[in-house]
Amino acid sequence: MPVHAPAILVLEDGRTFHGEAFGAPGETFGEAVFNTGMTGYQETLTDPSYHRQVVVMTAPHVGNTGVNDEDPESRRIWVAGYVVRDPARVASNWRSRRSLDDELREQGVVGISGVDTRALTRHLRERGAMRVGISTTETDPAALLARVREADQMAGTELAGEVSTAEAYVVPAHGEKRFTVAALDLGIKTMTPHRMAERGIEVHVLPATATLDDVLAVGESGPDGLFYSNGPGDPAATTAQVELLQAALGRGLPYFGICFGNQLFGRALGFGTYKLTYGHRGINQPVMDRTTGKVEVTAHNHGFAVDAPLEGTTTTPYGEAAVSHVCLNDDVVEGLELRDPAGEGGRLRAFSVQYHPEAAAGPHDAGYLFDRFCDLLADHAADQKGGA
Amino acid sequence: MPKRTDISSVMVIGSGPIIIGQACEFDYSGTQACRVLKQEGLRVVLVNSNPATIMTDPEFADATYVEPITPEYVEKVIAAERPDALLATLGGQTALNAAMALDKAGVLEKYGVELIGASIEAIERGENRQSFKQIVEKLGGEVAGSAICHSLEDCFTAVERFGYPIVVRPSFTMGGTGSGIAYDEAELRQIAGAGLDASPTTEVLIEESIIGWKEYELEVMRDTADNVVIVCSIENLDPMGVHTGDSITVAPAMTLTDREYQHLRDLAIGIIREVGVDTGGCNIQYAVNPADGRVVVIEMNPRVSRSSALASKATGFPIAKIAAKVAIGYTLDEIENDITTRPGGQSTPASFEPTLDYVVVKVPRFAFEKFPGADPTLTTHMKSVGEAMAIGRNFTEALQKALRSLESKDAPFDWHQEWVDLDKAALLEEISTPHDGRLKKVMDALRAGATAEEIFQATGIDPWFVDQLELINEVAAEVTAAPELTPGLLRRAKRHGFSDAQLGKIRGMSADVVRGVRHALGVRPVYKTVDTCAAEFAAATPYHYSSYDEETEVQPREKPAVIILGSGPNRIGQGIEFDYSCVHASLALGQGEGGAGYETVMVNCNPETVSTDYDTSDRLYFEPLTLEDVLEVVHAEEQAGPVAGVVCQLGGQTPLGLAQALKDNGVTIVGTPPEAIHLAEERGAFGRVLAEAGLPAPKHGMATSYDSAQRIAGEVGYPVLVRPSYVLGGRGMEIVYDDDALRGYIERATAISPEHPVLVDRFIDDAVEIDVDAIYDGEELFLGGVMEHIEEAGIHSGDSSCALPPITLGAAEILRIREATEAIARGVGVRGLINIQFALGSDVLYVLEANPRASRTVPFVSKATATPLAKAAARVMLGETIAALRASGLLPAEGDGGTLPADQPIAVKEAVMPFNRFRTRDGRQVDTVLGPEMKSTGEVMGLDADFGRAFAKSQAAAYGSLPLPQRPDGTRSRVFVSMANRDKRHMVFPIKVLADHGFEILATQGTAEVLRRNGVEATVVRKHFEGTGPGGEPTTVELILGGEVQLVVNTPHGSASGGSPRIDGYEIRTAAVRGNIPCITTVQGLGAAVQGIEAMIRGDVGVRSLQDWARRART
Ligand SMILES: Nc1ncnc2c1ncn2[C@@H]1O[C@H](COP(=O)(O)OP(=O)(O)O)[C@@H](O)[C@H]1O
Ligand SMILES: Nc1ncnc2c1ncn2[C@@H]1O[C@H](COP(=O)(O)OP(=O)(O)O)[C@@H](O)[C@H]1O
Ligand SMILES: [Mg+2]
Ligand SMILES: [Mg+2]
Repeated sequence: MPVHAPAILVLEDGRTFHGEAFGAPGETFGEAVFNTGMTGYQETLTDPSYHRQVVVMTAPHVGNTGVNDEDPESRRIWVAGYVVRDPARVASNWRSRRSLDDELREQGVVGISGVDTRALTRHLRERGAMRVGISTTETDPAALLARVREADQMAGTELAGEVSTAEAYVVPAHGEKRFTVAALDLGIKTMTPHRMAERGIEVHVLPATATLDDVLAVGESGPDGLFYSNGPGDPAATTAQVELLQAALGRGLPYFGICFGNQLFGRALGFGTYKLTYGHRGINQPVMDRTTGKVEVTAHNHGFAVDAPLEGTTTTPYGEAAVSHVCLNDDVVEGLELRDPAGEGGRLRAFSVQYHPEAAAGPHDAGYLFDRFCDLLADHAADQKGGA
Repeated sequence: MPKRTDISSVMVIGSGPIIIGQACEFDYSGTQACRVLKQEGLRVVLVNSNPATIMTDPEFADATYVEPITPEYVEKVIAAERPDALLATLGGQTALNAAMALDKAGVLEKYGVELIGASIEAIERGENRQSFKQIVEKLGGEVAGSAICHSLEDCFTAVERFGYPIVVRPSFTMGGTGSGIAYDEAELRQIAGAGLDASPTTEVLIEESIIGWKEYELEVMRDTADNVVIVCSIENLDPMGVHTGDSITVAPAMTLTDREYQHLRDLAIGIIREVGVDTGGCNIQYAVNPADGRVVVIEMNPRVSRSSALASKATGFPIAKIAAKVAIGYTLDEIENDITTRPGGQSTPASFEPTLDYVVVKVPRFAFEKFPGADPTLTTHMKSVGEAMAIGRNFTEALQKALRSLESKDAPFDWHQEWVDLDKAALLEEISTPHDGRLKKVMDALRAGATAEEIFQATGIDPWFVDQLELINEVAAEVTAAPELTPGLLRRAKRHGFSDAQLGKIRGMSADVVRGVRHALGVRPVYKTVDTCAAEFAAATPYHYSSYDEETEVQPREKPAVIILGSGPNRIGQGIEFDYSCVHASLALGQGEGGAGYETVMVNCNPETVSTDYDTSDRLYFEPLTLEDVLEVVHAEEQAGPVAGVVCQLGGQTPLGLAQALKDNGVTIVGTPPEAIHLAEERGAFGRVLAEAGLPAPKHGMATSYDSAQRIAGEVGYPVLVRPSYVLGGRGMEIVYDDDALRGYIERATAISPEHPVLVDRFIDDAVEIDVDAIYDGEELFLGGVMEHIEEAGIHSGDSSCALPPITLGAAEILRIREATEAIARGVGVRGLINIQFALGSDVLYVLEANPRASRTVPFVSKATATPLAKAAARVMLGETIAALRASGLLPAEGDGGTLPADQPIAVKEAVMPFNRFRTRDGRQVDTVLGPEMKSTGEVMGLDADFGRAFAKSQAAAYGSLPLPQRPDGTRSRVFVSMANRDKRHMVFPIKVLADHGFEILATQGTAEVLRRNGVEATVVRKHFEGTGPGGEPTTVELILGGEVQLVVNTPHGSASGGSPRIDGYEIRTAAVRGNIPCITTVQGLGAAVQGIEAMIRGDVGVRSLQDWARRART
């Protein structure tokens, strides 16, 4: 019998699960969240938005296809802890390089397996995301519980800085370069600049600390547009990037934001944000694009959302803001757009979505949003010429 | 887009009789569709020739036509009903092909009927392999290299390009009919030849073989607004080369990265759009090369398929129901997902993709034992007759549950045999060709030391699955080695799906002891919920499966529950008919209108059925039907609230076999008590019941050895009928004519079920067989129906055609039958349904057997007499009296199936055989001789005012229409006649009538002479055993197979003279079955056929709905 070291998982409200050690031995704390995707664990693990979170996988079998060198979404695994029911004992896929268990151990990620992940998920659904601890060293749940309650909360913490790149770097356009975009890395995923580059965008990825000057300095003649990535933490705790975005919007710079970039866009437009009970984390969420009436199946990973009126438009200093996308499961705001006042032609100026059109992992239904961004950039470029 | 307002009536075409590749999954989808369309206020017109389906119950459609699904008859229905639209994508290939034919014939246009779901063009594009190929390539996808061939010559040219092995696949067929893998020229000739015949467009695809690649399926759903979702991904454990219907399949896909999966998803969406399936479900199959991930698209089915049913049960996303809604205009976001409820009570929309937090495994069930000589190798041509599905929290648990759900004693893994007799090399060789039970051999190979790599090389089974099998072996080894069964070890074994029986076998103790220990240690399953969303939202629908996890989700309840045990996987002898009765019980006992108000709890493991639709009962447990699994469900429900009892009588032999053990474990069995069941099933006991009632049974005895059998045969006299006791479908039953045959049988037969002795019965020759279904409440007998078989006794009741009301029996005989039935019901102590078979020979009414349960004929009788027998029986089982049911209107106020009005329409049941799907290793057709062992997979019903027309319909629905004197090409139709001496006199008149109508008569020597003497010209044809003549004169069989004969009339030559009694007749009949032409085997049948043909000549064979028949009966 392959003896697995015992491990325990204790939630902040005291609920305890016993299981077996998985990945690195030790003790870890974070915010417990569940992900309902049936594929893409490698992308999930390396998604910076999961920084400081302990991810519970609802899919029972995890690790079947091992770990390869093409699918990571960033330079490392970010999850603070990993909870699965039945980890694979062998990796089987032609692209696989090593087993998930080894990868977790190598990167020092503490995990637990063999727990009733469905019971745990239902608990989080009913009580909401909460702090959790996993330990392979502690045997007394009470002792672990005490330490869980000392760990920091997710609400109110600013984390982008912890995941962002230290140095600016450039992702060249595939083929002929059409546009130059400044992309603020708040926890950006590899696939995002890739999707832009595919469309002829030269992407200048900047650290989260970038200033307006940094942004305006990219490219030979400044950027054609600004992009904000996804990222961890509470949007309400972020100010610098909100002000930066407002300045950019003030100068009429086209903007596209994803996830955290949607929340900051919301704040820049004067909307509030709030924490969802247990968030959206999965790759099967139905979202309606209200501009076309079509439903797209989308990849989500967000615990916070924008608090904006679903109907009608809101006048802001930068134009008319409206909700462009909603999640059909629970009517959560999934996208915002900023247009000129109807009187002035009502042209699109800036937009953002709460979910992940770059889709890694996840369906490609929302890929059109990158085209929409290109159209926006082209539109703007045309103006500039006209203006000059 | 809301519902279309321009459609007020829709015609739905069902899939007809159950055949291999097209089973009751289409009753499930059709029933859902009808329900939905009716709820939407549309007038639903249904055509389906299969009486055993729920969908053909009058309440599911406004006009239900149990008529042949042929263009001629369907046109008559269209002419009568004038529907606005036709929905043909839910009735399998049969409905799709019927729609195509109606369109070609210009019928749809003539009556202005719009085809909804998929247009003719879309169906063409999807089903025609060539145009489909172009579409896939246009999308940048790949298909296997192939060439369309219309002749064998084409095929050979194609082979020069691809080399052997090569795959042959016809267009417009389902279940791989006519397809196969050819390894050399001989095989190619044989397979391609058959394929060209099988394809309605005499077109086959010769395709490069990609055997051994991983095989996947995606279930796709699209609406009018072009919203597309993937409902489910399915991975085949058996790689390419084994038909998905014969493969062990797993949902969701287990060995794909997200990149690979999304690639398949993108292709699927592109394909459904390009093909232009406007709305509804379709199924797309892929092959993935394990070495480099290269993807090849295999095919698409532009309709709801077998896999759709599986996907619906696997995910909780009701594909057929949603397909019906989008077909009438709704968009996915307008349709509710009725399983989920979000905070605030509303449910989430159907425009999402289900996500699973469990694993689903489907395993096929085969019936090779019934077709001696049939090649059991699995290939591209589907051979399984049924399937079982299981749900677990991991693969090992789901797989082991699925294997024990098959109810065949060799299916579950077994570590009993000695390690030493495992020969690795031999095992690796054995598993390199796929066959039923291969997985067990893989387990043995692993235990014999084969590495995962070696297994993969031999089978192409993905290493991840191989490791899971290895894991099961490891756990078995732990259980073997452990000093005692600790809670930890038990829980671990259970989490990997081990049954108490398996553990007991390993530990050398009985399953009961293991269960005792387990319960003492508090190791019991919990029940999780299938909720489409991995618990992201609360689930409103109690659709449960067991797992050895921490938290159970069974909700407490106040109302008393009735637990109904289903019938498990379809098999020959136990199929959809039993599911029909279970579903009716659920309706009759439930809380719907007219229900008795119980909470109904269904337990079953067959994904194809209506009973496992979460809409059917208040609670559904998708569990194996073994003692262990049922006891745990009962326990869980007892924890939840009061349990009135368990229904074991409606699911066929499966639950019946559990009744006694359940009772022994303190479970209340409602209806006929186990002791009574024993009285009827155990021959000795039953003999005493008959003796007391003064009823004759064929002389018989029980033998445990050849000598004792021979002694009995001596006493009762040959021919004798031998069989093992406790069997369904006449398993292992044979008619033997002499000692040698008897010895041969005993040697084979006793192996079948050693627990039970062999029964030896006097075989009643030349007897009319009668089937009776009745309900008994302890006081009153309700005679449901008396069916007169058209074939004589000796052909299994499930395989012979029959008529209701009986066509030759008089009131006196029916009275005798009623009295005998009541005496047996009373003597046995039946509470509920009983089925009895009698043989009426030389005016003696012999009792052949009594089955104290719902029978295969219950749905047929219920439909023919417009009386809900199963519903009434269920109520009687829970204590209501027949008198009360008469008062409440569930049963007719007075009279019953034995006292039908004179103008009662005649219903004819005809059985449908699967012979055309089985071949011997050397490619010959398997022997199609019919006998006391049941072989049919399905049945059809012909209903009309008189026997002739009803018979004509039954033939049209089962085989193809009775012939008219003139063939379409203007030539005269040929009738072949060969009669037993005793029948020659009665044949003259009807044959003369046929001749006068212009038929050309062929006959065997003796028959021809008699005819000639009576002024009927007949050409003499050689008998089968005479062989082809010196001048190459063909034999009867050769003529029939050559398509030279349009009708066969042959009454079996009963006399033992001539060495080969019966055989020649059987050869002729089976040739007819192979040639798909009607074959009459009795004088009554001949008369019937003549009446039918005359009705057809007069052109007055009309169509009428069940509702209309019922209305006429009442007025
Ligand atoms: N080119 C091929 N090489 C090897 N096996 C094949 C090939 N094409 C099909 N098969 C096998 O044959 C089975 C039946 O083929 P399919 O096209 O699905 O016919 P059907 O319409 O009967 O489902 C598939 O499930 C697959 O396992
Ligand atoms: N003594 C007999 N004489 C003639 N035919 C018989 C006799 N016993 C059984 N049969 C034939 O065998 C068939 C199967 O026998 P039955 O007892 O009904 O087995 P099952 O349990 O499979 O229905 C019957 O339908 C009948 O046609
Ligand atoms: Mg197929
Ligand atoms: Mg019988």
